Amino acid sequence: MIQRIRRLGHRGCDLLESFGRAGIFLAQSAVGLPSREGLYLWVRQMHFVGVLSLAIVLVSGLFIGMVLSLQGYTILVDFGAEDALGQMVALSLLRELAPVVAALLFAGRAGSALTAEIGLMKATEQLTSMEMIGVDPLRRVVAPRLWAGFVALPLLTVGFGVVGIYGGYLVGVDWLGVFEGSYWSNMQASVDFVDDVGNGIIKSLVFAVVVTWIAVFQGYDLVPTSEGISRATTRTVVYSSLAVLGLDFVLTAVMFGGLA
Amino acid sequence: MKRSKTMELGVGLFMLAGILGLVFLGLRVSGLSMQAPSDTFRLEANFANIGGLKTRARVTMAGVTVGRVAAIELDTDWYDARVVLELDDELEGQLSRDTTAAILTSGLLGEQYVGLSVGGDPETLADGDTLRDTQSALVLEELIQQFVSNMVSD
Repeated sequence: MIQRIRRLGHRGCDLLESFGRAGIFLAQSAVGLPSREGLYLWVRQMHFVGVLSLAIVLVSGLFIGMVLSLQGYTILVDFGAEDALGQMVALSLLRELAPVVAALLFAGRAGSALTAEIGLMKATEQLTSMEMIGVDPLRRVVAPRLWAGFVALPLLTVGFGVVGIYGGYLVGVDWLGVFEGSYWSNMQASVDFVDDVGNGIIKSLVFAVVVTWIAVFQGYDLVPTSEGISRATTRTVVYSSLAVLGLDFVLTAVMFGGLA
Repeated sequence: MKRSKTMELGVGLFMLAGILGLVFLGLRVSGLSMQAPSDTFRLEANFANIGGLKTRARVTMAGVTVGRVAAIELDTDWYDARVVLELDDELEGQLSRDTTAAILTSGLLGEQYVGLSVGGDPETLADGDTLRDTQSALVLEELIQQFVSNMVSD
């Protein structure tokens, strides 16, 4: 019995320790002024993490907007309220779907790649060799990737929202015949820039920090074997998806649930 | 490390697209206008029942939006609702003292808003004044109750 309690305590201490390591890791790598070289490394990572994720994020956004519009229309038309379609599509995209789905796609598309890349660097002892020649791997390898993630995901979220609203317009107005003026004017009357767009972007900023942090830390902290890399990549996707969905509920409760 | 111009261009375009998207969300989706928010002045009105009126609801005059509901609170002196209206600055000194406010509903199930109609008094309302003549929201349940009790008495 005492053995079991001790083992539980051991687990708890391990968990706390890894949280602590992750916190120190984030503080050490993300804080500090970038050099010229660092700025260039950041651009490279932005290209990989942001520009190359555009295709999957925008295509998903278009289809989600279209589906939302189609589903919303069939429900709203029963109440004779299909004029509110634009409002429904815009609010659900901006408040929930764009931040969450973009973050989930980002975790799968970019987060797993970050973990695998840094993990392989660690497994082949590139990180140790960098330290040997006096280059700080946290600043050289980790910081550009972290900052690229922090900037790229909110931008991707905005793109997701815009394309989704356009997709909703295509289906709702061009196909199902909702009056174009009421699609836009209902949307403009109900969407508030600070409350809806702003809160959506705050959400995506939080998700960006969490997802990139988990991805990069899992890569940096893994057991340097091929099995360790595969485990860490899986953990990145699982942990970041759970963290995004869980945090989304908390953030929504604070922002829109009247808890603040 | 080779410096790729096309990659830098790609990242630049990506960031530009993000910013443009934000502008689109601001102007087209949430309907912000480029002008600075116009100055406002405040009026208060007490209603016996506000129904489902919410803050930020429209305030209209002859159907034209002239302001928003800034705050709703319970007036503990009279136990009715004190609604603070924020109106366009242009209307300051234009509304007569006997202007009436009514809580109206757009459509059968639509949102509720405040409708103002101007009176004939030569004196005008200034910032912070209270509207005396108000008309409460129509509460559907009360209406049905009235209808049913009339049916019974007939």
